[in-house]
Parts: sequence; C-alpha cells; structure tokens
Amino acid sequence: MTQTRQAAPMILMEGVEKWYGQFKALTDINLEVNSGEKIVLCGPSGSGKSTLIRCINHLEPIQKGRIVVDGVTLGHDTKSIDAVRRGAGMVFQQFNLFPHMTVLENCTLSPLRTRGLKKDAADALARKFLARVQILDQAEKYPAQLSGGQQQRVAIARALCMEPKVMLFDEPTSALDPEMVKEVLDTMVELARDGMTMIVVTHEMGFARQVADRVIFMASGQIVEEEPPEQFFQAPKHERTRKFLGEILRQH
Amino acid sequence: MAYKFDFGAIWEAMPQLLAAGLGTLGLAVAGSLLAIVIGIGGVVLRDSRLAPARWLVMSFVELIRNTPFLVQIYFIFFALPLLGAQLGQLLAGLGLIARPTNYLLIGPWPTAVIALGLNGGAYAIEIIRGGVQAVPKGQWEAGAALGLHRATVFRLIVLKPALRAIYPSLTSQFTLLTLTTSIAGAIAAYELFSEAKFIDSQIYKPFEVYFTITVFYFVISWFMNQLFQAFARRYFSYPTK
Repeated sequence: MTQTRQAAPMILMEGVEKWYGQFKALTDINLEVNSGEKIVLCGPSGSGKSTLIRCINHLEPIQKGRIVVDGVTLGHDTKSIDAVRRGAGMVFQQFNLFPHMTVLENCTLSPLRTRGLKKDAADALARKFLARVQILDQAEKYPAQLSGGQQQRVAIARALCMEPKVMLFDEPTSALDPEMVKEVLDTMVELARDGMTMIVVTHEMGFARQVADRVIFMASGQIVEEEPPEQFFQAPKHERTRKFLGEILRQH
Repeated sequence: MAYKFDFGAIWEAMPQLLAAGLGTLGLAVAGSLLAIVIGIGGVVLRDSRLAPARWLVMSFVELIRNTPFLVQIYFIFFALPLLGAQLGQLLAGLGLIARPTNYLLIGPWPTAVIALGLNGGAYAIEIIRGGVQAVPKGQWEAGAALGLHRATVFRLIVLKPALRAIYPSLTSQFTLLTLTTSIAGAIAAYELFSEAKFIDSQIYKPFEVYFTITVFYFVISWFMNQLFQAFARRYFSYPTK
C-alpha cells in the first residue's frame, strides 16, 4: 500500500487463509481498507473474490489469519460476529429479499430485531433510505412485484438501514437484465459520493474507473495486483491482469 | 328375510352420533395442533448443531414411521403407565416427590391426542424439513448478514416460505390424521367410530349406521380441509414470481 495511514483501518485482513475441505480458496490475503475508501475487487470466476468479502462478515469462517473490522477482531464467538455483522451491510448477487415481507418490512427487520428500535423509528429510518434509493413509492409492495433493479435497490436500502460502517457488494449487478444495471450502479455511485466505505466485487469496469480508490485483481485465491484505477487500467503490471482486462473490456 | 332399510332408527341415535362426531373433530384439531408443534420443533432439533438432539429426532421419526399406529397408541395407553408406576416409586424413594405418583397414567382422550400428535408430528417433521431445505441458502445468509441469530432467521425468515412450499403435503397428512382418529376408539377414547359400533350392536342396523358415519367422516375431513385452506389464505397470501 502506498497511502500513509492516519488511523486504524476500517477493515484489516492479515495472512487470511480459507479452505473448503482440501481446496484452498484464499491464500495469504493481506488487505487494509480505510474509512471512506472504495475498493473494487475483480478477477476471473473462482478466483476467491466473493469468498474474500464473505469472510469479512463471517458468512465464511477462515482457518488462518486475522480479520479486524472497525476495531473488532473477528473470532468464532457470537459476540464478535454480531458486532462485525451489525457494522457491515451486505448486498448479494441474487438480492435475497425476504419474499413474505413487504419492502418496508424487509428494511425494518434488522433495526427492530438487532438495534431495538421502536416500530415508528424503524419505519422512519426505512422510509428515509428507501427514498434515498428512489423506491419509496414501492414500500408496501412485495419483492416479487418489483423488477430486478428495483429489488436490488431495496436490498441496498435494507443494508443501509443497519447504518453500517462499511458496505459489502457481492456482484450486485450480475443477475440483472442489462437495462437495469445502470439504476443500481447509479445508486452505488451516489452512496460512494456520500463517503461510505465500500468493497465491491464486480466486473463493471466503468464503475471501478468512476468511484474506486483502488482496484484489486485476484486470481487463484490470491491478490495479484492492487492499484488506483488509472494505473490499473493503463499500466497493469501482471500478465494475468492484462489478460483478464483484455477479456473483460472486449465484452464492453 | 331380506334386510329392511330403516333410517328412522338412526334418527333416534343421531344425538349420540353428533356428540361422538364432535369428539372426533376435537381429536383431529387437538392432534393436528400438537403435530404441527412437534413437526416444527422436531425440524429445529433435527437440523440443530447438537448431535444428540439430531439422533433423538431421527430415531423418533424412524420409530414412528416403521410401527403401526394401533401399536403406538396401545403402548402409550397400556405399557407406559407401568413404567410410570416404577418411576413414581423411584422418585418417592429418592424423596423428590411426597408420595408415589404415576405421571404416565393418563385418560384415553388425552392419550389419543398425544398418540395422534406424535404420529402426525413424525411425518410432519420430514415434510416440513423438505420445505426448509427448499428455501434458498441466500435467505439464511441475508438474515445472518443483517445480524440476526440462526434461531431468529429460522423463525422470521425461513419458516413461512418453508411451510408455504410444502403446505399441500402437510394438508393431506393432516387429513390422514383426521381419519386415523377412528383408531382411537381402541383405547376407549370418545370418538365417532367406536360410538357407531356401540349403536350398531344395539339396533343391528349396520348399513344405516356405517353409511351415516361415512357421511360424517367425509364432512369432518372436508371441514378440516377448509380450515387449513382458510389458514393458508390468511398466512401465505404474499405474491411469488
């Protein structure tokens, strides 16, 4: 890392290793993300980028190394896992909205259950974030009544309702029809402008160019290259990065 | 001499048959409620992290599904109280209770409810479990990412879609439970079939008696079905893709 460190990083990963049985999914991951930084993670499928962000909120337990999120060292105990998860919002590729709850209920669930908010306060909070992702008019509908893009914006609002310190995006536009990608990316760009700390797994290189402070390229469970977007796109150092960029950019 | 059809005799016995029909309906409703509780509770234990709890539920399901209901209800009614008497002696001997009490000696009707609940519950566990497995893993993950604990995720996020997915199978299982109440007369629980047998033994009108209770069973079963469907309309009315 080239930046100077003023304060403790928002996210710290040190020597992280992750195994699925005999398969080593992550090898010696070292990563620091400062408050307000936006990181784009890319790489070929199976490179471990989704696994990496899923380790940050302990959806995947790690076997070796250390993860610290906002000063909390992630262990296997409920207390540290709760603390980390409540400070990290996550947006999934398949939205994962709860089909039997309205948009509003999806958003108020966590504030009601994990932060002890009263219903009025939780509703007000949810409406604020639904307005921010421009979907407040759909608050009483069920997920199945919305388009994919709308659903993903609800999922972003739902995560924001936790008022997290960091937002994790796991291929947020990969399951969307092309015409809906933009509305979700626009929402994310706006979030980035407001200073949210973000780690985004995506192949949307336009987004990376526009908002990323650093672009990280992964392959075979390792971080291969880590650069600000200008260097990353204009002068990638590694052969694997060049090859990957060639393939990705040809499609766009 | 040819058999003479006479529904007039049935008409006189109608109050008894109606009362016994209510007994059957009561067994069906109480047994179904217990079966749902056992079914959902069983699934929680069956998929819990506690290995002994998993084994216990698996053994229970296998035991119930591989033995006849008649044997099960006899065992609970006639065999368990003998164990209960010994247990009472033991507890009293240890000074834990004032005098020997047989906690396993219970009346025919509660015994029938328990037997029906255990039997229906064992089948319900397997059915509901199928529903839980049909819920995408992403739902669990989204709940976890929102900071909710596993039990809360199950209760608030997974359970309803899981039940919705398997509701038709669950409904037919409870129809079966409703009809199985006819066996409960074997331990003298008050219900329609044993009452009908008793009436027939007095008036010798088997055609009229069994024809009448056939209609009764059909109506009770239909009513239970309507009840389940009304519940489904209220509880599962959210739209899906």
